[in-house]
Amino acid sequence: MKNISTGSEGELLEMSSGGAEHVYRWYCGHYISKFLIGLRDRKTILGIKCSHCGRVYVPPREVCGRCYRTMDKWVDLGTEGSIYAFTVVKLPYIDPNTGKSIKVPRTDIYVKLDGADTCLMHWLDETDEKKITVGARVRAIFKESRRGTIHDIECFTQI
Amino acid sequence: MGRRAAIVGVGQTYHTSKRKDVNGQELISEAVKRALDNAVLGLRDIDAIVIGNMDHFEGINCVDGWSVDGWGAFRRPIMKVTTGGSTGGTLGSCAYHHVASGLFDVVMAIGWEKNSESDTQAAISTCADPILERDFFGGAIGPNAAQYAMYMKRYGATQEDAALVTVRDHNNALKNPHAHLRKFITVQDVMNSPMLCWPIKLLDSCPRSDGACAVIYASEDKAPKIADRPAWVHATAVSHDCVYFGDYDWETMPTLEATVSRVYKRAGITDPLKEIDVMELYLPFSTCGVAWMDHMWFCDRGEAPKLVRKGVFDMDGELPLNPSGGVLATNPIGATALIRIGEAALQVMGKAEDRQVPNVNTAMATAFGSCYWFEATILRSTKP
Repeated sequence: MKNISTGSEGELLEMSSGGAEHVYRWYCGHYISKFLIGLRDRKTILGIKCSHCGRVYVPPREVCGRCYRTMDKWVDLGTEGSIYAFTVVKLPYIDPNTGKSIKVPRTDIYVKLDGADTCLMHWLDETDEKKITVGARVRAIFKESRRGTIHDIECFTQI
Repeated sequence: MGRRAAIVGVGQTYHTSKRKDVNGQELISEAVKRALDNAVLGLRDIDAIVIGNMDHFEGINCVDGWSVDGWGAFRRPIMKVTTGGSTGGTLGSCAYHHVASGLFDVVMAIGWEKNSESDTQAAISTCADPILERDFFGGAIGPNAAQYAMYMKRYGATQEDAALVTVRDHNNALKNPHAHLRKFITVQDVMNSPMLCWPIKLLDSCPRSDGACAVIYASEDKAPKIADRPAWVHATAVSHDCVYFGDYDWETMPTLEATVSRVYKRAGITDPLKEIDVMELYLPFSTCGVAWMDHMWFCDRGEAPKLVRKGVFDMDGELPLNPSGGVLATNPIGATALIRIGEAALQVMGKAEDRQVPNVNTAMATAFGSCYWFEATILRSTKP
């Protein structure tokens, strides 16, 4: 308990949750598991195509929201595309997955991979906004040691 | 269309960055009492209540349980709704649907938030997919900053264009006693403020506030008995479309276009610049006050910066936006969009005091949340 009294109002208290740690386990499902295994074992990015409207989605998912059809046409999108949008994050905040402050500056990018209709979110290895261009070509850089997470891609780099 | 319904009362709290003097239940109660006073009603006149917030900001779930006494909901028909930042818009639609259905005559919507109780950026980040997108999300600021980076490149808009939106909304807030931030600012102040997520700076960004708002809806029979000049609901709409943040098409903004198109059509509006007298728009960042204007039937794509520079949306312009100061001045997130509806209603009811736009017959309010979800409400002084 901490006294946060503001004078005329008398004694007011505040209580902190303490050093809470609450671990969640998220099940990836068939589609995201296959996508992550593609990163881990083949160093490639997999998307999925709707056979009704033809849109190619990345990350892959079961249902095309527009058509409400189950999708099963997997597409190998490779590792290259272009920057659709980006921001350079300069304000540190708490990462809700770790409870620790994020490292800044950090560039978040929306990559339109060649052959995809949606964007993959990731990081760019350049944090000077003057050296980043919307539309620039980028390529994924994979880690040596991969364990089936989105961070098997270290980041993207402009080519 | 269901039964006709109108807004007859609006109440909001004292909003500031940290309401250390009250807990959540007491904060809600403050708004409820003010809305009842504004409508000159007692709790016995309220048939049903809807409430909402974003639980993850306070880390206490089930507000519809633990705060029930504070909103006068003891053993009443109640419902909780939550849709992220657009919660307040959904609350308004939900209260309207309750009345329009014919099942209830007088319904109160309550939105509230105590953003001071956690790290806002961390809490917002939990709405991004944890397996694939959360680490690249940048809180609420990230996607909007990225959109404006793209917009500037495509249309030649500038950071100064966005700063004009901040200056407009902040300086409007000077006349709103409920606004959280009330300080005169200039474009230079905005440009000199610290960079948060390039190109969004501190003064381009909404604050995080503690506050609550309550809005009372009544049926066609009851509304004229409660208010001299009720604000009649002519249309509401909602549009959500994507699963991942990377899915959204920022060039066409389909959810915003779909939402405004639906309410315009339902209210018979073909030229909103001329036919709507005032709007309270959920613009969480000044950049949205530029890029999003391209998708609201005001101009062709890429033309919005010209309208902003000409002052079309200023208090003395063709269509005043955000006389209250908007989201850039006050942002208790679960209440924010309901404040937009409440402020639009006050404009129609002629009760907006120093921030009143003269002769308002038609007003619009919008809501924005999560993965580019939009909602809108059109209110008029005349019945639909």
